[in-house]
Amino acid sequence: MQILLCDDDADDRLFFSEAMKELKMQNVLTVFDTGTQLMDYLHHPETNLPHILFLDINMPCKSGLECLQEIRGHARFRDLVIAIYSTSATEEDIENTFANGANIYIKKPADFEQLKKTIHHILNLNWQFHTAGLNKETFFLSI
Amino acid sequence: MKLYIKYDINIACRILLQEQLEALQIKYELLEFGEIDINDTVSDEQFNQLQSNLSRYGIEIINNQKSQLVQRIKDTIIEMIYEKDKLPTSTISNYLADQLNLSYGYIANVFSEYTYTSIENFIIIQKIERAKKLIVEDGLTLTEVSYKLNYSSVAYLSAQFKKVTGLTPSSFKRIVDKRRELSQNSN
Repeated sequence: MQILLCDDDADDRLFFSEAMKELKMQNVLTVFDTGTQLMDYLHHPETNLPHILFLDINMPCKSGLECLQEIRGHARFRDLVIAIYSTSATEEDIENTFANGANIYIKKPADFEQLKKTIHHILNLNWQFHTAGLNKETFFLSI
Repeated sequence: MKLYIKYDINIACRILLQEQLEALQIKYELLEFGEIDINDTVSDEQFNQLQSNLSRYGIEIINNQKSQLVQRIKDTIIEMIYEKDKLPTSTISNYLADQLNLSYGYIANVFSEYTYTSIENFIIIQKIERAKKLIVEDGLTLTEVSYKLNYSSVAYLSAQFKKVTGLTPSSFKRIVDKRRELSQNSN
């Protein structure tokens, strides 16, 4: 699977890619540290769309919410699964991002083992999601 | 001279499949993860031709009884959950065994062997999916949903909904309403 991660925090990016490596799943992870970089990449005509995008909400300049709204405004990205990856988990934040088109909401786990478990769960589920024929319009998952 | 190349195996396979299917004039849709949806009927001749054309590239059509059984299991579950007005009151394991005329143990084994998930898990996901539909499209209350889907109580449905989606049914409903509002505003 093609996976993208966009997060301004260098430690979080490192943890995430380490966790992916240890899971030994056949995935390609591409990492961005600003929303602007992410959007440039997605808009590039030669870009292959990823299967899933992990997106941080609180980022300087272009926030995750802005990226989310921009992505959902394009028909080309309609099928892209977007997982919000954030430290905050207030009900308002969760409902707001789902309303704006996110599919999954992940509260950043406190420890590494938990992070590995969460990523594993999401990637498995993403696969199931395709094969079980679930309705994308009403697919929300909050972890 | 030595050339160094870089390739994307995924794209290569997709294009190859497209070319092969188009050459035989088969209407198709490529799905993710090695599945192809065939939109009309394929004659035995076309099928055999496709099979032999693809085998040159080391691509094999998985066509065995077990994978077909998995499809039948899924169809039976989905039909039971979506098309019946109310779920059968007998246990689901009995229902499946009856419908497919096989022992439940065998059905469950084949299912998890091919889908990497248990049949129970698949049923729970589908039931919650139906519950979402009933809430959003038909505007049913949780009490009505839990009756239709044979949950022993509203609390149990609510708990399972939360476990599968991470959201309470009322939070789910708020999100769907907000989404509708947002998309109406942008139109």
